Amino acid sequence: MIKVEGLTKRYDRTTAVDHISFEVQKGQIVGFLGPNGAGKTTTMRVLTCFLPPTEGKASVAGYDVQEHPLDVKRHIGYLPESPPLYPEMEVDEYLAFTGRIKGVSSGGIRRRVDDVTERCALGDVRKKLISKLSRGYRQRVGLAQALIHNPDVLILDEPTAGLDPKQIIETRKLIHDLSGEHTIILSTHILPEVSTTCQLVIIINQGKLEAIDTPENLTARLQGHETIFVEVEGPADQVAARLQGLAGVTRVTRKDGQAGRNSWEIETAKDHNIRSLLAHAVVTSGWGLHELRPVGLSLEEIFLKLTTSDKAAEAAAEKQASGGTS
Amino acid sequence: MKNIWVLAQRELKGYFASSIAYIVLAMFAVIFGYFFYSATAIFVDYSMRSMMQRGMAPPVNLNDFIIRPLLMNVSVIVLFLMPMITMRLFAEEKRSGTIELLMTSPLRDIEIILGKWLAAMLLYLCLLGISALNILVLFLHGRPDWRALLVGYLGLLLLGAAFLGLGSFVSTLTKNQIVAASLTFGVFLMLWVLDWVTSYSTTTLGKVVAYLSITTHFEPFAKGVLELKDAIYYLSVIFLGIFLTARSMESLRWRA
Ligand SMILES: Nc1ncnc2c1ncn2[C@@H]1O[C@H](COP(=O)(O)OP(=O)(O)OP(=O)(O)O)[C@@H](O)[C@H]1O
Ligand SMILES: [Mg+2]
Repeated sequence: MIKVEGLTKRYDRTTAVDHISFEVQKGQIVGFLGPNGAGKTTTMRVLTCFLPPTEGKASVAGYDVQEHPLDVKRHIGYLPESPPLYPEMEVDEYLAFTGRIKGVSSGGIRRRVDDVTERCALGDVRKKLISKLSRGYRQRVGLAQALIHNPDVLILDEPTAGLDPKQIIETRKLIHDLSGEHTIILSTHILPEVSTTCQLVIIINQGKLEAIDTPENLTARLQGHETIFVEVEGPADQVAARLQGLAGVTRVTRKDGQAGRNSWEIETAKDHNIRSLLAHAVVTSGWGLHELRPVGLSLEEIFLKLTTSDKAAEAAAEKQASGGTS
Repeated sequence: MKNIWVLAQRELKGYFASSIAYIVLAMFAVIFGYFFYSATAIFVDYSMRSMMQRGMAPPVNLNDFIIRPLLMNVSVIVLFLMPMITMRLFAEEKRSGTIELLMTSPLRDIEIILGKWLAAMLLYLCLLGISALNILVLFLHGRPDWRALLVGYLGLLLLGAAFLGLGSFVSTLTKNQIVAASLTFGVFLMLWVLDWVTSYSTTTLGKVVAYLSITTHFEPFAKGVLELKDAIYYLSVIFLGIFLTARSMESLRWRA
């Protein structure tokens, strides 16, 4: 449904997006993840034909953004970073206007407005002036505007920004309900958002694509090793020595335990199922095993890893290279 | 076509909601009303005296005496008020971010431009309507030449359309309505005073510069004389204004 190849966008000096390629299938929800200034908004603006790419290609619903912008725009519903609202209009009137300019026939407009106001829970404010709405309601009007012509593709730039927790959950649910019939790209820098709503995560940082995968795979991929948490009742130094001696264990770190108990985090090589081995070792030594569980990396950590450690590695590599040549 | 009308309706609504429309119309009504009153008062005074001196009906002509100077006045008032009409057209959309909505909707740039231009034109027509209401009063008391009057209004229409074209171009250059208005006013003023060169220069260059002046082409219209070269001048300025606006919108995408 969406295809991006070697997309690059340069502003005067800054390269906001740097040779990004990805593909999104019909009906998928894709999360665009990256810190401030990563290039999320810029990529979305290229996809919506607001900005032309400097290099590379992008196509939506089979239409190239540069060659057939009108066809692309007909298939896209776009919620920009700040909702594009006319404060002097009433909600209904505004939605009818956006519907008309997006090609909804004058006969069908009534039904579409009814439909999107219901979906976005705007029933109470339909006759209110947009200038009188709260931030959260404005965001919802922006979302309703993106849905008005029932587009195949939805591009939502930080759809939950500025909403209260209840509304965030409702919006996520709405986005989830919309998937299937719509292909959705949403951007965010809130991580739980992608793990709860998205089937595919695209992580970009400083304009470069860092990773693209399902949330589950990303978690697995980043776990080059497995971490296991154990809590054991027994003499600390002996336990530590015993654990360290087990095959496959790469590192043992002492954690603060409750009174009389000690806990460790044990890092092991991936796919080396060590849990039964661990349990066996503890029990046969006559100590009490209170707890034993794997510690998964949360997406939050993945994110930090991707954008911090990779960068650090790159910087180091760069340093080495320049040091080698001089 | 449908899109142009939908956009124009929204724009008109914006004019009235932001009360710019009321301010412009009220200011025009007051200033024009004042000029109209003065012109008729002078006319009445003059005809009274000519009647008393010669003891017969006034030989003076309503068209020459009232309508022509009034139309010239309208062209000047319009010059001052027009920046208020055009300043918001694009600057406001750029400031509030709604330009992103328009430019990502399946609309052609030219539809957006013509929609806005049409809305501004309709507001301008209201303004001309106010002046026409005043002038129609003259028909109750005399027999002005209505053909000359129509030509005069055609001239005002062309003059206004040309101002609006240029004004909307200037409005695409900034996010700030005040900046847009000031720049537009500067451009209009410059175009207005260009014909002053004729008072000191008779060279070809001087003539060319004078030809560019936006008001010299209006004088024949005010007199009721329809000349092709003046109509062509205004049509070219309208076209130029819309063309520049379109180019500027295109480059907006590249700069954004
Ligand atoms: N109009 C512009 N002119 C020049 N540089 C720009 C412009 N818009 C964005 N940039 C730069 O491009 C880079 C990417 O910006 P972008 O808005 O795409 O980031 P983002 O991922 O959306 O960030 P955020 O999470 O803060 O919204 C930034 O370094 C930004 O400074
Ligand atoms: Mg952004």
